[in-house]
Amino acid sequence: MMRWLFFLPLAVFAVLVGLWLWGLNPERDPKALPSQLIDKAMPAFALPALEGSGSPALASADLADGQVKLINFFASWCVPCRAEHPHLETLAKESNLPIHGIAWRDEPDATLAWLNNLGNPYTRIGVDQKNAVGLDFGITGVPETFIIDAKGRVRYRQQGPLNPRNINTVIIPLVVALRKEAEEAS
Amino acid sequence: MPKLAHPFGALRIAFILALSLAVSLFSLSVYGVEPDEVLPDPQQEAIARDISKQLRCVVCQNQSIDDSDASIAKDMRLKVRELVVQGQDADAIKGYFVERYGNYVLLRPPFDASTALLWLMPIILLLVAAGGIVVALMRRKQSAKSNAVAPLSADEQARLDALLKQESK
Repeated sequence: MMRWLFFLPLAVFAVLVGLWLWGLNPERDPKALPSQLIDKAMPAFALPALEGSGSPALASADLADGQVKLINFFASWCVPCRAEHPHLETLAKESNLPIHGIAWRDEPDATLAWLNNLGNPYTRIGVDQKNAVGLDFGITGVPETFIIDAKGRVRYRQQGPLNPRNINTVIIPLVVALRKEAEEAS
Repeated sequence: MPKLAHPFGALRIAFILALSLAVSLFSLSVYGVEPDEVLPDPQQEAIARDISKQLRCVVCQNQSIDDSDASIAKDMRLKVRELVVQGQDADAIKGYFVERYGNYVLLRPPFDASTALLWLMPIILLLVAAGGIVVALMRRKQSAKSNAVAPLSADEQARLDALLKQESK
Protein backbone atom coordinates (compact mmCIF):
# COMPACT_ATOMS: atom_id res chain seq x y z
CA MET A 1 0.00 0.00 0.00
CA MET A 2 1.29 3.42 -0.83
CA ARG A 3 2.48 5.32 2.25
CA TRP A 4 1.69 8.82 1.00
CA LEU A 5 -2.03 8.07 0.95
CA PHE A 6 -1.80 7.98 4.73
CA PHE A 7 -0.99 11.71 4.77
CA LEU A 8 -3.71 12.72 2.34
CA PRO A 9 -6.27 13.71 5.04
CA LEU A 10 -3.60 15.85 6.69
CA ALA A 11 -2.83 17.57 3.37
CA VAL A 12 -6.54 18.23 2.74
CA PHE A 13 -6.84 19.65 6.24
CA ALA A 14 -3.84 21.92 5.67
CA VAL A 15 -5.45 23.29 2.50
CA LEU A 16 -8.68 23.94 4.41
CA VAL A 17 -6.79 25.75 7.19
CA GLY A 18 -5.19 27.92 4.51
CA LEU A 19 -8.62 28.79 3.12
CA TRP A 20 -9.95 29.61 6.59
CA LEU A 21 -7.02 31.88 7.35
CA TRP A 22 -7.56 33.65 4.03
CA GLY A 23 -11.26 34.03 4.89
CA LEU A 24 -10.52 35.39 8.36
CA ASN A 25 -8.02 38.01 7.18
CA PRO A 26 -9.41 41.30 8.55
CA GLU A 27 -7.96 43.21 5.57
CA ARG A 28 -10.16 41.25 3.16
CA ASP A 29 -13.56 42.79 2.49
CA PRO A 30 -15.90 40.10 1.11
CA LYS A 31 -18.30 42.83 0.00
CA ALA A 32 -15.70 44.65 -2.10
CA LEU A 33 -16.85 44.75 -5.67
CA PRO A 34 -14.20 45.81 -8.18
CA SER A 35 -15.28 48.79 -10.25
CA GLN A 36 -15.93 48.09 -13.92
CA LEU A 37 -14.90 51.65 -14.75
CA ILE A 38 -11.20 51.47 -13.92
CA ASP A 39 -9.18 52.98 -16.79
CA LYS A 40 -12.37 53.78 -18.70
CA ALA A 41 -13.87 57.17 -19.41
CA MET A 42 -16.23 58.30 -16.69
CA PRO A 43 -19.90 58.07 -17.64
CA ALA A 44 -21.42 61.20 -19.20
CA PHE A 45 -23.85 62.98 -16.91
CA ALA A 46 -25.28 66.38 -16.07
CA LEU A 47 -26.74 66.96 -12.62
CA PRO A 48 -28.55 70.02 -11.24
CA ALA A 49 -26.90 72.20 -8.61
CA LEU A 50 -27.79 72.16 -4.93
CA GLU A 51 -29.73 75.40 -4.53
CA GLY A 52 -28.30 77.62 -1.80
CA SER A 53 -25.00 75.75 -1.43
CA GLY A 54 -23.03 78.28 -3.47
CA SER A 55 -21.37 75.42 -5.39
CA PRO A 56 -22.12 75.27 -9.13
CA ALA A 57 -23.81 72.28 -10.75
CA LEU A 58 -21.83 69.21 -11.78
CA ALA A 59 -21.69 67.73 -15.28
CA SER A 60 -19.11 65.45 -16.87
CA ALA A 61 -18.52 68.17 -19.50
CA ASP A 62 -17.36 70.56 -16.72
CA LEU A 63 -14.71 68.06 -15.73
CA ALA A 64 -12.86 67.99 -19.07
CA ASP A 65 -10.36 70.57 -17.84
CA GLY A 66 -7.20 68.45 -17.81
CA GLN A 67 -7.06 68.26 -14.03
CA VAL A 68 -6.96 65.31 -11.66
CA LYS A 69 -9.99 65.38 -9.34
CA LEU A 70 -12.09 63.45 -6.88
CA ILE A 71 -15.78 62.68 -7.22
CA ASN A 72 -17.34 61.85 -3.89
CA PHE A 73 -20.82 60.35 -3.56
CA PHE A 74 -22.38 61.26 -0.23
CA ALA A 75 -25.72 61.66 1.55
CA SER A 76 -26.83 63.44 4.68
CA TRP A 77 -28.48 60.27 5.99
CA CYS A 78 -25.27 58.27 5.71
CA VAL A 79 -23.37 57.82 8.96
CA PRO A 80 -19.96 56.87 7.46
CA CYS A 81 -20.22 60.06 5.34
CA ARG A 82 -20.38 62.02 8.56
CA ALA A 83 -17.22 60.29 9.75
CA GLU A 84 -15.55 61.00 6.40
CA HIS A 85 -16.60 64.65 6.20
CA PRO A 86 -13.92 66.31 8.37
CA HIS A 87 -11.20 64.53 6.36
CA LEU A 88 -12.67 65.84 3.11
CA GLU A 89 -12.71 69.32 4.67
CA THR A 90 -9.05 68.99 5.62
CA LEU A 91 -8.13 67.67 2.18
CA ALA A 92 -9.99 70.54 0.49
CA LYS A 93 -8.32 73.16 2.70
CA GLU A 94 -4.79 71.79 2.70
CA SER A 95 -4.49 70.76 -0.94
CA ASN A 96 -5.46 72.18 -4.31
CA LEU A 97 -7.21 68.97 -5.31
CA PRO A 98 -10.73 69.68 -6.58
CA ILE A 99 -13.33 67.54 -4.79
CA HIS A 100 -16.70 67.31 -6.49
CA GLY A 101 -19.70 66.03 -4.58
CA ILE A 102 -22.71 64.07 -5.76
CA ALA A 103 -25.56 64.11 -3.25
CA TRP A 104 -26.95 60.61 -3.71
CA ARG A 105 -30.56 59.67 -2.94
CA ASP A 106 -30.97 62.60 -0.60
CA GLU A 107 -33.49 65.42 -0.12
CA PRO A 108 -31.83 68.68 -1.27
CA ASP A 109 -33.02 70.45 1.91
CA ALA A 110 -31.41 67.79 4.07
CA THR A 111 -28.16 67.91 2.07
CA LEU A 112 -28.04 71.68 2.38
CA ALA A 113 -28.68 71.63 6.13
CA TRP A 114 -25.95 69.00 6.52
CA LEU A 115 -23.41 71.05 4.55
CA ASN A 116 -24.34 74.25 6.41
CA ASN A 117 -23.80 72.38 9.65
CA LEU A 118 -20.56 70.53 8.82
CA GLY A 119 -19.02 72.72 6.12
CA ASN A 120 -18.84 72.41 2.35
CA PRO A 121 -15.61 70.93 0.97
CA TYR A 122 -16.97 70.58 -2.57
CA THR A 123 -15.93 72.59 -5.62
CA ARG A 124 -19.07 71.54 -7.48
CA ILE A 125 -22.13 69.66 -6.27
CA GLY A 126 -24.58 67.64 -8.35
CA VAL A 127 -27.90 66.43 -6.98
CA ASP A 128 -28.67 62.81 -7.87
CA GLN A 129 -31.91 62.13 -6.03
CA LYS A 130 -32.99 59.21 -8.25
CA ASN A 131 -29.67 57.33 -8.40
CA ALA A 132 -29.40 57.92 -12.14
CA VAL A 133 -25.69 58.77 -12.12
CA GLY A 134 -24.94 56.46 -9.20
CA LEU A 135 -26.08 53.48 -11.26
CA ASP A 136 -23.86 54.56 -14.16
CA PHE A 137 -20.86 54.73 -11.84
CA GLY A 138 -21.80 51.31 -10.48
CA ILE A 139 -21.86 52.45 -6.87
CA THR A 140 -23.24 50.13 -4.21
CA GLY A 141 -23.81 52.74 -1.52
CA VAL A 142 -22.34 55.85 0.01
CA PRO A 143 -19.73 57.07 0.60
CA GLU A 144 -17.80 56.17 -2.52
CA THR A 145 -14.98 58.19 -4.02
CA PHE A 146 -13.58 58.07 -7.55
CA ILE A 147 -10.28 59.49 -8.73
CA ILE A 148 -10.62 60.94 -12.22
CA ASP A 149 -7.42 61.55 -14.20
CA ALA A 150 -6.59 64.50 -16.48
CA LYS A 151 -8.21 62.75 -19.46
CA GLY A 152 -11.47 62.14 -17.63
CA ARG A 153 -10.85 58.44 -17.01
CA VAL A 154 -11.71 56.71 -13.75
CA ARG A 155 -8.48 55.48 -12.17
CA TYR A 156 -9.49 54.46 -8.68
CA ARG A 157 -12.64 53.75 -6.70
CA GLN A 158 -12.81 53.81 -2.92
CA GLN A 159 -15.80 52.05 -1.37
CA GLY A 160 -16.52 53.30 2.11
CA PRO A 161 -15.24 56.39 3.89
CA LEU A 162 -11.95 58.15 3.32
CA ASN A 163 -9.84 58.45 6.45
CA PRO A 164 -6.38 59.89 7.17
CA ARG A 165 -4.84 56.47 6.54
CA ASN A 166 -6.23 55.80 3.07
CA ILE A 167 -5.93 59.48 2.10
CA ASN A 168 -2.21 59.48 2.91
CA THR A 169 -1.34 56.02 1.66
CA VAL A 170 -3.58 55.69 -1.41
CA ILE A 171 -5.34 58.87 -2.52
CA ILE A 172 -2.52 61.42 -2.32
CA PRO A 173 0.22 59.19 -3.82
CA LEU A 174 -2.11 58.27 -6.70
CA VAL A 175 -3.12 61.88 -7.33
CA VAL A 176 0.55 62.90 -7.38
CA ALA A 177 1.36 60.08 -9.81
CA LEU A 178 -1.56 60.98 -12.08
CA ARG A 179 -0.55 64.65 -12.14
CA LYS A 180 2.97 63.63 -13.11
CA GLU A 181 1.57 61.34 -15.80
CA ALA A 182 -0.51 64.22 -17.20
CA GLU A 183 2.50 66.57 -17.16
CA GLU A 184 4.67 64.07 -19.01
CA ALA A 185 1.96 63.51 -21.60
CA SER A 186 1.53 67.21 -22.35
CA MET B 1 -57.12 11.05 41.18
CA PRO B 2 -54.63 11.80 38.37
CA LYS B 3 -55.23 14.97 36.44
CA LEU B 4 -56.72 14.41 32.99
CA ALA B 5 -54.82 15.64 29.96
CA HIS B 6 -56.38 18.64 28.31
CA PRO B 7 -59.15 17.28 26.08
CA PHE B 8 -58.20 19.68 23.25
CA GLY B 9 -54.43 19.10 23.52
CA ALA B 10 -54.08 17.25 20.24
CA LEU B 11 -56.40 19.66 18.48
CA ARG B 12 -54.43 22.62 19.76
CA ILE B 13 -51.14 21.16 18.57
CA ALA B 14 -52.69 20.50 15.16
CA PHE B 15 -53.90 24.10 15.06
CA ILE B 16 -50.44 25.46 15.92
CA LEU B 17 -48.85 23.26 13.26
CA ALA B 18 -51.36 24.40 10.66
CA LEU B 19 -50.79 28.02 11.62
CA SER B 20 -47.00 27.78 11.40
CA LEU B 21 -47.30 26.01 8.07
CA ALA B 22 -49.55 28.78 6.80
CA VAL B 23 -47.13 31.44 8.05
CA SER B 24 -44.11 29.76 6.45
CA LEU B 25 -45.95 29.30 3.16
CA PHE B 26 -47.06 32.90 3.20
CA SER B 27 -43.55 34.15 3.86
CA LEU B 28 -42.36 32.39 0.69
CA SER B 29 -44.52 34.67 -1.40
CA VAL B 30 -43.09 37.92 -0.03
CA TYR B 31 -41.04 39.88 -2.56
CA GLY B 32 -39.21 43.16 -2.59
CA VAL B 33 -41.35 44.48 -5.43
CA GLU B 34 -43.54 47.32 -4.22
CA PRO B 35 -46.98 48.04 -5.71
CA ASP B 36 -45.95 51.42 -7.17
CA GLU B 37 -43.22 49.75 -9.22
CA VAL B 38 -45.47 47.30 -11.05
CA LEU B 39 -45.87 48.03 -14.76
CA PRO B 40 -49.41 48.47 -16.09
CA ASP B 41 -48.81 45.93 -18.86
CA PRO B 42 -48.82 42.46 -17.22
CA GLN B 43 -46.73 40.97 -20.03
CA GLN B 44 -43.97 43.56 -19.63
CA GLU B 45 -44.19 43.16 -15.85
CA ALA B 46 -43.68 39.40 -16.22
CA ILE B 47 -40.57 39.99 -18.35
CA ALA B 48 -39.25 42.49 -15.81
CA ARG B 49 -39.89 40.06 -12.94
CA ASP B 50 -38.08 37.31 -14.78
CA ILE B 51 -35.02 39.53 -15.38
CA SER B 52 -35.09 40.83 -11.79
CA LYS B 53 -34.89 37.27 -10.48
CA GLN B 54 -31.61 36.76 -12.36
CA LEU B 55 -29.93 39.93 -11.11
CA ARG B 56 -28.10 39.98 -7.81
CA CYS B 57 -28.66 42.79 -5.37
CA VAL B 58 -25.25 44.48 -5.08
CA VAL B 59 -25.47 45.07 -1.34
CA CYS B 60 -27.18 41.91 -0.10
CA GLN B 61 -24.99 39.23 -1.68
CA ASN B 62 -27.34 36.29 -2.10
CA GLN B 63 -30.65 37.93 -2.82
CA SER B 64 -31.97 38.78 -6.23
CA ILE B 65 -33.17 42.34 -6.72
CA ASP B 66 -36.65 40.83 -7.00
CA ASP B 67 -36.38 39.61 -3.39
CA SER B 68 -34.45 42.44 -1.87
CA ASP B 69 -35.74 45.32 0.20
CA ALA B 70 -32.60 47.41 -0.24
CA SER B 71 -33.12 50.85 -1.74
CA ILE B 72 -30.47 50.21 -4.39
CA ALA B 73 -32.31 47.02 -5.42
CA LYS B 74 -35.43 49.15 -5.86
CA ASP B 75 -33.48 51.52 -8.12
CA MET B 76 -32.29 48.55 -10.14
CA ARG B 77 -35.83 47.14 -10.45
CA LEU B 78 -37.08 50.50 -11.66
CA LYS B 79 -34.23 50.64 -14.19
CA VAL B 80 -35.09 47.12 -15.42
CA ARG B 81 -38.69 48.21 -15.93
CA GLU B 82 -37.63 51.41 -17.64
CA LEU B 83 -35.52 49.41 -20.09
CA VAL B 84 -38.28 46.82 -20.61
CA VAL B 85 -40.72 49.60 -21.49
CA GLN B 86 -38.12 50.95 -23.93
CA GLY B 87 -38.34 47.56 -25.63
CA GLN B 88 -34.89 46.20 -24.79
CA ASP B 89 -34.57 42.42 -24.56
CA ALA B 90 -33.43 40.45 -21.53
CA ASP B 91 -29.83 40.02 -22.69
CA ALA B 92 -29.43 43.75 -23.38
CA ILE B 93 -30.85 44.61 -19.96
CA LYS B 94 -28.60 42.14 -18.17
CA GLY B 95 -25.70 43.51 -20.24
CA TYR B 96 -26.55 47.00 -19.01
CA PHE B 97 -26.01 45.91 -15.41
CA VAL B 98 -22.95 43.75 -16.18
CA GLU B 99 -21.34 46.80 -17.78
CA ARG B 100 -21.75 48.69 -14.51
CA TYR B 101 -21.32 46.01 -11.84
CA GLY B 102 -19.51 43.16 -13.62
CA ASN B 103 -20.53 39.51 -13.79
CA TYR B 104 -21.06 39.69 -10.04
CA VAL B 105 -24.51 41.07 -10.72
CA LEU B 106 -25.62 37.88 -12.48
CA LEU B 107 -26.88 35.17 -10.15
CA ARG B 108 -25.95 32.65 -12.85
CA PRO B 109 -22.44 33.66 -13.95
CA PRO B 110 -21.50 32.94 -17.59
CA PHE B 111 -18.97 30.24 -18.47
CA ASP B 112 -15.58 31.86 -19.11
CA ALA B 113 -11.95 31.51 -18.06
CA SER B 114 -12.52 32.91 -14.57
CA THR B 115 -15.59 30.76 -13.85
CA ALA B 116 -14.49 27.56 -15.62
CA LEU B 117 -13.29 25.99 -12.36
CA LEU B 118 -16.57 26.87 -10.67
CA TRP B 119 -18.69 25.28 -13.37
CA LEU B 120 -16.45 22.27 -14.00
CA MET B 121 -15.74 21.40 -10.37
CA PRO B 122 -18.71 18.96 -10.01
CA ILE B 123 -17.59 17.06 -13.13
CA ILE B 124 -13.95 17.07 -11.99
CA LEU B 125 -14.89 15.76 -8.55
CA LEU B 126 -17.10 13.09 -10.12
CA LEU B 127 -14.25 11.94 -12.38
CA VAL B 128 -11.77 11.90 -9.48
CA ALA B 129 -14.18 9.84 -7.37
CA ALA B 130 -14.90 7.44 -10.24
CA GLY B 131 -11.17 7.08 -10.89
CA GLY B 132 -10.58 6.31 -7.21
CA ILE B 133 -13.25 3.61 -7.25
CA VAL B 134 -11.83 2.02 -10.41
CA VAL B 135 -8.30 1.99 -8.96
CA ALA B 136 -9.54 0.49 -5.69
CA LEU B 137 -11.51 -2.23 -7.50
CA MET B 138 -8.54 -3.10 -9.71
CA ARG B 139 -6.28 -3.36 -6.69
CA ARG B 140 -8.74 -5.62 -4.93
CA LYS B 141 -8.92 -7.89 -7.97
CA GLN B 142 -5.13 -8.02 -8.24
CA SER B 143 -4.62 -8.85 -4.57
CA ALA B 144 -7.31 -11.56 -4.82
CA LYS B 145 -5.38 -13.06 -7.73
CA SER B 146 -2.03 -12.99 -5.90
CA ASN B 147 -3.59 -14.59 -2.83
CA ALA B 148 -4.98 -17.47 -4.90
CA VAL B 149 -3.45 -20.89 -4.05
CA ALA B 150 -0.96 -22.04 -6.65
CA PRO B 151 -1.37 -25.66 -7.84
CA LEU B 152 0.96 -28.17 -6.18
CA SER B 153 4.21 -29.00 -7.91
CA ALA B 154 4.97 -32.67 -8.79
CA ASP B 155 7.34 -32.89 -5.81
CA GLU B 156 4.73 -31.53 -3.38
CA GLN B 157 2.11 -33.86 -4.82
CA ALA B 158 4.39 -36.84 -4.22
CA ARG B 159 4.96 -35.80 -0.59
CA LEU B 160 1.28 -35.32 -0.03
CA ASP B 161 0.51 -38.73 -1.50
CA ALA B 162 3.12 -40.30 0.79
CA LEU B 163 1.60 -38.60 3.86
CA LEU B 164 -1.90 -39.66 2.93
CA LYS B 165 -0.70 -43.26 2.43
CA GLN B 166 0.91 -43.19 5.88
CA GLU B 167 -2.36 -41.92 7.40
CA SER B 168 -4.48 -44.64 5.84
CA LYS B 169 -2.19 -47.39 7.17
